[in-house]
Amino acid sequence: MTSPSRTRRRFDPAPLYKALFLTLVAAFVAVPLIATVLGGFKSLGELRTNPFGLPQSWEWENYWGILASKRYWMLLRNSLIIASLSTFLTLVVAAMAGFVFAHLKFFGSRMLSEYLMLGLLFPAATAILPLFIKVRDLGLLDTYFGVVLPQVAFSLAMSILLFRRFFKDLPPELLEAALIDGCSYIAYFRHMTLPLSRPILATVGTIAFVHSWNAYLVPLVMLNSDNLYPWPLGIMVYQGEYSADWHLILAFITLTILPTIVLFLLAQKHIVAGLTAGAVKG
Amino acid sequence: MTSSVSASLPRPRARGSLGKLLADDKLATIALFLPPALLLYTLFVILPIGEAGFYSAFSWNGFGSPTNWVGFDNYRYVFENRAFGLALRNNVLIIVVSLLIQLPLALALAIALSERFRGAVALRMLFFLPYVLAEIATGLIFSFVYDGNYGLLASIWRLFGAEAPHLLASPQTSMLAILIVIIWKYFGFHMMLYIAALQGIDRSLIEAARIDGASRYELLRYVVIPLLSPTIRLSVFFSVVGSLQLFDLVMPLTRGGPADSSNTLVSFLYNFGVMRMRVGFGSAVGVILFCICVTFAFTYKRWMMRDD
Repeated sequence: MTSPSRTRRRFDPAPLYKALFLTLVAAFVAVPLIATVLGGFKSLGELRTNPFGLPQSWEWENYWGILASKRYWMLLRNSLIIASLSTFLTLVVAAMAGFVFAHLKFFGSRMLSEYLMLGLLFPAATAILPLFIKVRDLGLLDTYFGVVLPQVAFSLAMSILLFRRFFKDLPPELLEAALIDGCSYIAYFRHMTLPLSRPILATVGTIAFVHSWNAYLVPLVMLNSDNLYPWPLGIMVYQGEYSADWHLILAFITLTILPTIVLFLLAQKHIVAGLTAGAVKG
Repeated sequence: MTSSVSASLPRPRARGSLGKLLADDKLATIALFLPPALLLYTLFVILPIGEAGFYSAFSWNGFGSPTNWVGFDNYRYVFENRAFGLALRNNVLIIVVSLLIQLPLALALAIALSERFRGAVALRMLFFLPYVLAEIATGLIFSFVYDGNYGLLASIWRLFGAEAPHLLASPQTSMLAILIVIIWKYFGFHMMLYIAALQGIDRSLIEAARIDGASRYELLRYVVIPLLSPTIRLSVFFSVVGSLQLFDLVMPLTRGGPADSSNTLVSFLYNFGVMRMRVGFGSAVGVILFCICVTFAFTYKRWMMRDD
């Protein structure tokens, strides 16, 4: 027990400053988000007079109208298809390549791995026009795969790097023992490496999924038809149509970021670890 | 029975056949596992950047095949374009603001939140949340915040009886408005990097400095920051690379306007190359951006991160 009379100290203002600082930053971050969610419950007139506070009357129609529309679900479905395909292909293709670079030495392996790592140095935007022409010439324009394949290709460098590092850190005795017992590399990959690699699969999968789910530039250039649009494209179209109806736009924004926020709250650890590990690509 | 047979075999031969078996298996694995990655990567990453170099020597609208050879003219047009200069300036501005405001803010928050107290974890998550949100959604949220009629900023101004500023509609303030959104969106990411690094620091070093009578400032200046320097260098790297590819955030806010005042290099490429289908011009911009990225990555890795 410390007795306050004996350790009598001067009042230390530091914790107070700290609390003030944290409160200010928290408000800076939270106020726009809260105002967006609440704004979706207001009428346009109320939004103008009372943008910050709770709505006087909760206009559920804004949200119900969007939830009942075909459009909202189509956008989410397209995003889900594109992001799932991108994630699945990235995991399969990058894990296989990462396995080869981690365990198999062959002539040119170093050179090939450096060749693949060049992809870390520049973003997809640098080559977006030739990429468009390539996708067009392959007949993939305005298809899911026209978006998915470039996304996978540009996420390969980072993903292979993460897989290779993880596979190398697995105990080498396992592989030696398996090979002596007559297990093939492919069987080892299938039955040992993959089951042991759940953490890295989750990390790489998270990065691939979040990037694809949020992506704008590649789908913008590759897709023409509304019915293939993922949500970032769709919401821009929506905003163009309802340009002054902020209450509807705010409701739409809220409903489209809702899946991200729910996923984030459910899988915080994986997402934070994944996005900070794989941040080289922004 | 089989075991006795194999035991009676001469040892070197057994090893030889095992070795051959392994070599075949190795080859099969490489032949099966490597091509998908190499093919996708070559087709959609390496070839396009090479083709950007090729197309940039033509004046071409993307239809038919490129025949109108113009040499380096496209590069000259890019450098003579006023909007390109502005975009380049904006990218530099973003980097400067990231370094001077965002990183110190992130570091201060990391230090404040690395201690344990009630709500620290919740605050970390709150500050990281903007990073997870899509740039498009973030941009739209802030175009509401900045809206001169309905926006949050306008109503604060009205509270004081002043006329609301239309930040996004004026060439003088559009970039300022975007910079604020950039800080809002990305500081949490840098904060998380610093928190992870702070957790890796040996607490006894800090205790020792405290016992030796180091003040709070000295502790920060001579112990914590030097220990964090690899992370700081990494975080600077991400800031620059992130700035060079910034695009999604600009589109819902200003589309690069008004009067091209808020373009970044990528939004310039989009507005002037993709939108107008000027493949040669846009490819030249892409090649310039590529050169900036690669030069930066190589020099930075060589000079700043060589011990990491």
